[in-house]
Amino acid sequence: MNDEVGKEHREGERDHAAQAFKSGRRGPDAGTQGEEELRAAGRSLAGSDKPLLEAEHLQLYFPVKKGIVVDRTIGHVHAVDDCSIALREGETLGVVGESGCGKSTFARCMVRLLEPTAGILRYRGRDITHLGRRKLELLRREAQLVFQDPVSSLNPRKRVGQIVGTPIRLHGGDKRNGVEDRVRELLGRVGLNPEHINRFPHEFSGGQRQRIGVARALAVDPKLIVLDEPVSALDVSIQAQVINLLDDLQDDFGLSYVFIAHDLSVVRHVSDRIAVMYLGKIVELSPARELYTKPIHPYTQALLGAIPIPDPEENRARERVVVGGEPPNPVDPPPGCRFHTRCPYATEVCKEVEPPLAEYPGGHLAACHHPQSLAQGDLEKVSRSPLSPLGSAGLLPNGKESPVPQIEANGGSGLRGRLKRITPA
Amino acid sequence: MAERLLEVDNLQVSFATEDGVVRAVDGVSFTLDRGEVLAIVGESGSGKSVTSMTLMGLTRGVNSRFGGSAKLKGKELLSASEEDLQKIRGAEIAMIFQDPISSLSPVHRIGDQIVEQIRAHDKKISKAAAFDRAVELMERVGIPHARGRARAYPHEFSGGMRQRAMIAMALSLSPSVLIADEPTTALDVTIQAQILDEVKDLKEHSDSGIIFVTHDLGVVADIADRVIVMYAGRVVEKGTLDEIFYDPQHPYTWGLLGSVTRMDRDPPKRLPSIPGLPPSLINAPAGCHFRPRCPHEFDRCREVPPLEARVSEAPDHLDRCWLSVEDKRSRREVEGRIGLVKDTVPA
Repeated sequence: MNDEVGKEHREGERDHAAQAFKSGRRGPDAGTQGEEELRAAGRSLAGSDKPLLEAEHLQLYFPVKKGIVVDRTIGHVHAVDDCSIALREGETLGVVGESGCGKSTFARCMVRLLEPTAGILRYRGRDITHLGRRKLELLRREAQLVFQDPVSSLNPRKRVGQIVGTPIRLHGGDKRNGVEDRVRELLGRVGLNPEHINRFPHEFSGGQRQRIGVARALAVDPKLIVLDEPVSALDVSIQAQVINLLDDLQDDFGLSYVFIAHDLSVVRHVSDRIAVMYLGKIVELSPARELYTKPIHPYTQALLGAIPIPDPEENRARERVVVGGEPPNPVDPPPGCRFHTRCPYATEVCKEVEPPLAEYPGGHLAACHHPQSLAQGDLEKVSRSPLSPLGSAGLLPNGKESPVPQIEANGGSGLRGRLKRITPA
Repeated sequence: MAERLLEVDNLQVSFATEDGVVRAVDGVSFTLDRGEVLAIVGESGSGKSVTSMTLMGLTRGVNSRFGGSAKLKGKELLSASEEDLQKIRGAEIAMIFQDPISSLSPVHRIGDQIVEQIRAHDKKISKAAAFDRAVELMERVGIPHARGRARAYPHEFSGGMRQRAMIAMALSLSPSVLIADEPTTALDVTIQAQILDEVKDLKEHSDSGIIFVTHDLGVVADIADRVIVMYAGRVVEKGTLDEIFYDPQHPYTWGLLGSVTRMDRDPPKRLPSIPGLPPSLINAPAGCHFRPRCPHEFDRCREVPPLEARVSEAPDHLDRCWLSVEDKRSRREVEGRIGLVKDTVPA
């Protein structure tokens, strides 16, 4: 009974805070008119009227340095290269790809744990790309992270009570109950014994440690949790427990998840939509089921084909396309389509022209000149998605040209140049 | 009938620690024939790696104790002298480890490391001839430009290429038994597929027997002929690939199969999972080790069930569970698929 009242109380508080954030009360710089404009732009880009977090043409290049005395920059790792996405409220967005494809970097950029070198980020329609530390406080409260390695993401010298309680103290939340009561409640909620509040992380098993990480993320009543390979380090039976827990928490607290994983079978289980990344680019973005029944991009096909199915008969019956080679160096990515060096369907056009993200019926996006597994008539209905990278061509897979929007750069040039506004052509 | 390579009978490995004696492997028996792939499946701490490392003599130490026997072509491995083991390692039994970066020397060139192994067992071969052999092996496992790459250091290789180099090294003396301990766990799926293809190719074109240790049931379904399921140091089920996947007899196997997420099917709303945690091997529960986590537990489970055939039509399908076959077949269905228990929403 008491619990329910507490929950309601917190929810009320959260809504209130969200309202304040939306109306820009915490940031005097947000002019209402400009914000309206931005929000309108966000709406058109997201294709939904309730985007929680939007990333537009997000780019993050890491400099590669050489020299001991003179610190010369000799190139850039193109970790995230012009990726756009809109996360809807309450959905789980899966992000998959091989190691080094930029999926973790992209997700960390989205919550400004890393500073993007270009692009725009919006949270609830508000531009947060350049917000300072203090103004970001609400984003920090509403967006939390859970990391892959439950050993190194928990401080070994701190007790569980301190680990989970610190975010509550920092954000000054829930004074009524007292921090310790709240920590006990959270531990109980994630399936740990509340009596273990004084234990150290090493006294728990891997799965239990991951639960501590989840409890810490939940401590400040977030709306969005970025899960960076949350179950990869766990045994299968424990994986299932943690996935079920995450599922319950999402239902109970109305959370949105960004779920990063390299394991496509886990991602299918949890996601509503899935983005496939390759070498810093989003190559396919699709409702979860569609991605597995109708993979359009050859890379997605290759990924799916590479996963052995835990069923001997189906495994034998299946024809597998094993893609040779390895991903190219992200310092010097190939021109045109980045997958052309390994793609079995690549032609001349793939080597020169970067394909736009084309939108197929059913909200299925893919960046490929030679789309696969399409139904008849799909190709006719293709249009260029506004999420397409700025450098991509107007050439659609059906041979038609579509207008490419022009960009207005604002101050600076090259990497430092920030995009201010995208004007539709 | 294929030649029997390995015969492991009632193998026991225990380690004395400050907290007590850890019974890491408790009565494991299996055989391995030429040209077959035997998968050992289990979660971390189930004893699958200790079993395979013991065959190589890598678990010997002041605090370890062994029991039972492990024979390679009739020769006892557990009591073999260190010199004998030196001759066997690499030449008769070779091993591929999970983490290639920590199993290769960072300060020696890849080619030289392979040459070293070849020359350690064959004193007469010249350096140049051994190097040619190393290059040939690297080509065979799919390393492009092998002659040039043989002069590279491990850090210059990608993860997949390092694992290929490890396989080349393991193959250098054409061992009759190849032990692969989670060789693809650290790799990306596309690279994993390439390595698995290499292993399958090996199975067809050489007549080694392969022991494949893994926790990934997808990989097992792809590659294995026979499967051993281990739990808390004991074999709980043993059978052919199809027996284990389509007629699993032990509740732990049901739980494992049930908790696997599948990408070729629509996901169930909730995954069936295995409740609880694996037991400590210092103070393992009396009787069936799986008893504390098993929803089908009854009085008899306090006695250790023997590993024996219970399905009359499959004499080689063994399991360690007291339930009758009819009971098992009716209880393992959870919402239309094999699973241990329906996962309920916690109150």
